[in-house]
Amino acid sequence: MSGEQEVERHDVREDGRRPPRAVVGSHRIEEEMFGRVFDPKILRRIWAFVKPYRRQVQISVMSVLIFTLSQLAIPMIIRYAFDVGLAPGAPAMALYLSVAAFAAAVAVNYASSMVQERSVGKVAENVLFDIREAMFGHLQRVSQSFMDRTEVGRLMSRLQGDVNAMQEFLETSVVSVGDLVLLFGIVGCMLWLDWQLGLLTLSILPVLFLVRIVWLPKAREAFIAAHETNSVTNGALAEAIHGVRTVQGMTRQTVNATLYADKAHANLRTHLTAAKYAQVLVPVVDTLTGLSMAVVVVLGGAMVLDRTLDVGVMVAFLFFIQRFFDPVRSLTMQYSVMQRAMASGQRLTEVLDVPLTITEAADAVTLPDGTPASVEFRHVRFAYVPGQPVLQDVSFRVEPGQTVALVGPTGSGKSSTMALLHRFYDVTGGEVLVGGHDVRRIAKASLGRQIAMVLQEPYLFTGSVIENIRYNRTDATEDQVIAAARAVGAHDFILRLPQGYDTILTERGSNLSMGQRQLVSFARALVADTPILVLDEATASIDSHTEQDIQRALAVLLKGRTGLVIAHRLATIRNADRIIVLTGGRVAESGTHDELMALGGHYAGLYRSGHASFDDRERP
Amino acid sequence: MPDPATAPARPAVPLERLGLTDTVSWGKAAATMWRVMRIGLQTPWQVTLALISTLLAAVFQLVIPQLLGHAVDLTQGAATGDLDAQTALWWTALAVLGVSILRGVFATFQNYFSEAVGHHTGYRLRLAYYDKIQHLSFGFHDSVHSGDLITLGLLDIEGARMFFATGVVRFVLLFVLIGVGGWWLLRIDVWLGVLALSFVPYVGWRSSQSQLELRQTWLDLQERLSVLSRVMEENLAGTRIVRAFTAEAHEMDKFRRASTRALDLAHERVDLRVDSTAAMTLSFLLAMSAVLLVGGLKVRAGDMTVGTLTAFLTFMTILQMPVRQLGMLVNSVARTSTCGARVFGLLDLEPSVSTAPGARDLAITGPELRFDRVTFAYPSAPDTPVLRDLSFTVRRGEIIGLIGAPGSGKTTVAQLIPRFYDVTAGAITIDGQDLRDVSLGSLRQAVRVVSQDVFMFTTTMENNIAYGDPWADPDEIETSSDQAQLHAYVDALPERYRTVVGERGASLSGGQRQRMSIARTLLLSPEVLVFDDSTAAIDARTEERILAAIRAGRDKRVTILVAHRLSTLADADRIIVLDRGTIAEEGSHADLMALGGRYRTLWDLQNRSFGDRR
Repeated sequence: MSGEQEVERHDVREDGRRPPRAVVGSHRIEEEMFGRVFDPKILRRIWAFVKPYRRQVQISVMSVLIFTLSQLAIPMIIRYAFDVGLAPGAPAMALYLSVAAFAAAVAVNYASSMVQERSVGKVAENVLFDIREAMFGHLQRVSQSFMDRTEVGRLMSRLQGDVNAMQEFLETSVVSVGDLVLLFGIVGCMLWLDWQLGLLTLSILPVLFLVRIVWLPKAREAFIAAHETNSVTNGALAEAIHGVRTVQGMTRQTVNATLYADKAHANLRTHLTAAKYAQVLVPVVDTLTGLSMAVVVVLGGAMVLDRTLDVGVMVAFLFFIQRFFDPVRSLTMQYSVMQRAMASGQRLTEVLDVPLTITEAADAVTLPDGTPASVEFRHVRFAYVPGQPVLQDVSFRVEPGQTVALVGPTGSGKSSTMALLHRFYDVTGGEVLVGGHDVRRIAKASLGRQIAMVLQEPYLFTGSVIENIRYNRTDATEDQVIAAARAVGAHDFILRLPQGYDTILTERGSNLSMGQRQLVSFARALVADTPILVLDEATASIDSHTEQDIQRALAVLLKGRTGLVIAHRLATIRNADRIIVLTGGRVAESGTHDELMALGGHYAGLYRSGHASFDDRERP
Repeated sequence: MPDPATAPARPAVPLERLGLTDTVSWGKAAATMWRVMRIGLQTPWQVTLALISTLLAAVFQLVIPQLLGHAVDLTQGAATGDLDAQTALWWTALAVLGVSILRGVFATFQNYFSEAVGHHTGYRLRLAYYDKIQHLSFGFHDSVHSGDLITLGLLDIEGARMFFATGVVRFVLLFVLIGVGGWWLLRIDVWLGVLALSFVPYVGWRSSQSQLELRQTWLDLQERLSVLSRVMEENLAGTRIVRAFTAEAHEMDKFRRASTRALDLAHERVDLRVDSTAAMTLSFLLAMSAVLLVGGLKVRAGDMTVGTLTAFLTFMTILQMPVRQLGMLVNSVARTSTCGARVFGLLDLEPSVSTAPGARDLAITGPELRFDRVTFAYPSAPDTPVLRDLSFTVRRGEIIGLIGAPGSGKTTVAQLIPRFYDVTAGAITIDGQDLRDVSLGSLRQAVRVVSQDVFMFTTTMENNIAYGDPWADPDEIETSSDQAQLHAYVDALPERYRTVVGERGASLSGGQRQRMSIARTLLLSPEVLVFDDSTAAIDARTEERILAAIRAGRDKRVTILVAHRLSTLADADRIIVLDRGTIAEEGSHADLMALGGRYRTLWDLQNRSFGDRR
């Protein structure tokens, strides 16, 4: 298709066999799409979100009822017009009256449909956004350990797909009320107009219900299959786009095109099957409609001929029949919508019900400005999973203004130590003190004003450079931002960006180099201007030139602050006031570089072996 | 200053630069639609069946009101020829049933076959798109956001593929229903016909207008929702930084702003939709009441039968839905021409790097790789050359080290050898053959680059290692995995080489990924092997073992090691120090140390932090 005649070694063989070790895209693990039709627990939860709008819901339901009545009225008025207004010798007034009634019904129909659809549509949108906001807000407060073990993609599908399913459910629910009323209304009107003819005509109705009940599970299977092959095929395309450089470097184009064609073809087949299922009921509905009309024509016609039925009734019947099957169709559709909504609702409540384990104590204190910025760990024990301790009896103290370097192999508990200080987790035993107070008794906002953190991977947000440096200190002036950027040595490269400080950083700052991102995140911590700084040094290799810049910036950052650094670089470690060597969740050694070297222990051994980094030596 | 919560997800520059814009002229729109149609015509039978079924379904639908009207007239003593009224009613009822069934059957065929044409069109577009993406060169992929390519491949193809069903078939259907039906009404009674059809122009205009507005606001809403998604996604992925700065309130605020912006537009869309559907229903019902009044007066005056009036009214109910679809027809045209133009714009791009006509396969005798006065600038920045007049030669068996500051052109050298880009001036040759004169496939089989960034496919470990040679047997995979110092790790995994890795599988550390990438490349035993700083995340001891494996295999190939860690290059035969795209220093480690230039400075700098190792 590309017109290139490439010679490829690893082609699909002539006998059509596919390579044994080649796939494109991955099979997605789909979530349960349908739940129970009706789950009172979940409905109650949903109702809690609808409740604030109950007046609008009441109005909607009222107007749906009025709207449905006006729909029922129209054939009835036509019937009246035919029988009274058109009868030979009847006063012309009767016709005018019926037309006036018709016009009135039209006006009611217009007004009620406006009110109903507007309020239903808006309430559904509001509830959707409210649920999303409640979930998002809740996720800001749940424990870090929940966030650690939950994939972002999964949460995003809660916040998007599942929330949308709820919206669909709410919108269709009110409409279904109308459909149900319409269905019963039509039945009632027909029976009222002529119960015998009505019964005969209506006897056809259950057939459609039966057919749909048989059809639904099979059709749904076909629709789900189509949905799945579609996401598999789309996943394969996304993979080809993201991995295009590897594909070309490995000359996999031909194999991949063949494998993709297999998937696309399977997708075509499932979609054609689904299309068949989607269409198969059309002639059934048409046949049943035709049958009902035939009944009215033959029997109704005969009755009109016998003068036992007014011709207007016959006409009204014909109108009702044409409206007859719509509510049946949408009501059976509502069944699937309900099931989908229950499955989604179940997942939504799971998120909303994640317990808040780290909460602010009722008597939490706010540390006054100028509190000495000391940090102390007292016999701290900590485990993410009960029975698997990560920290065991860790004690140390950092005096205000001191910098302490934490070193140790991967899994020694350095990152956990840092996380405990900012109360990402609560200790299992012992206590962590900031400024002499247990962090569990310090107000969250107050703790935030004490501690700033620089994480190993500089994390930036989409937005301008200045917004990123300010982050939540939105009141920081431009001068403050520039001063911070200057101090960490980021100012020059920022000015060289296309729009300087207003340059928009794309996804995670991908338009900056790793070193530049690091410097921006330093500037951000500097603007936060907290007395305590926690820093997880980047392990990612940065070229020697940038590394010098970063070391200089670090010195600026730590000046006059209490610093806790997870250090990987010897330059950083040597500049620390004290070095704490963690192994297996315990403090193994502690002291200055010279002291530890003299001790001749773990630190000295690592140091002498000449590794650039003390940890992240990959396990064999 | 743009508000980060409301700024567009990204500047929309790249696609525009490629001419893949939303602006279309009428001529271009017609050409695009015709091209979509031509793809549909590759399934000629389905197209034919769909069109015939559409015609028949519409015709049968038009017959029903007439039959019903006739039935009503029969009850009012209309002339029935030889039959008595009762028998005539029977025949009419049978006709109603038969015609209804036929309409249903043909409507099914119409829908199914037009859907099928759409699915086939989508299938063909997808295959062409996938293949084009695979072959467009690095220069193209550098300039385009991958998210845009995914949108193009999913939403735009989706927008274009349904043209036959939503455009062509619907046009035929509406033409027959409105045209033929209208003609029939007007023939029976001009004035009543005009009244009955009076809502058609208004509804047609109104629905077209609202469909176009809804389409525009839909696109806007998608944009706002994608901003909202981005805010949520960045927050959830960056939850540690949010907590580290106690910025929950700030994030909530950002969320609310983005959310409100989307919600406002969603409300606007509800109003837009409701206003237009309500107005359309109103105009339809008003026309109906006019028909009832005027028709009623005519019946009273004896100018019209009750059955004819019934037929008029029934016909109007049949016409109501299709007329509303006039707007969808307009929407379909708008959608197909913009989406189609974007898709075809991409499909018509030619890869800037491709096999020249008449090119032969690369014939390797040495191999000897030569850069001959190579100058190169990236297509995105043609005025700033990254390599200037660069010349060097590497012979079989040699290991060459390349170092230099960021931006000195190391990676560029690595990417030019497999022709991921073409040189701007000068030439690169392998055994005397200019890379541009040999087939791309044969070149890339001979030259393999282990790049800095490793792309993991979501599949098993063995499939990832065998990515370049999916026919490789397990022994080969294990051998190269062992050379890359990966085997011990994989062997300890519960499912060994069958362990699923990648996005949704087990996650590997940076060093493990790099070793996987090395294994992937060693499996292919290339004649020219380039390491583009691909051991940076691997610790020194493991790196040393990998380098030993590379040295062991050096005899039959040319090896180039790009690195910034000098220890990686210590055993290279020759080291080239690049500075702003030219060679600053060249020689063995000992030569360069003796020279006392850049290499020496860098060496001292890096070893300062290595303690007293050397």
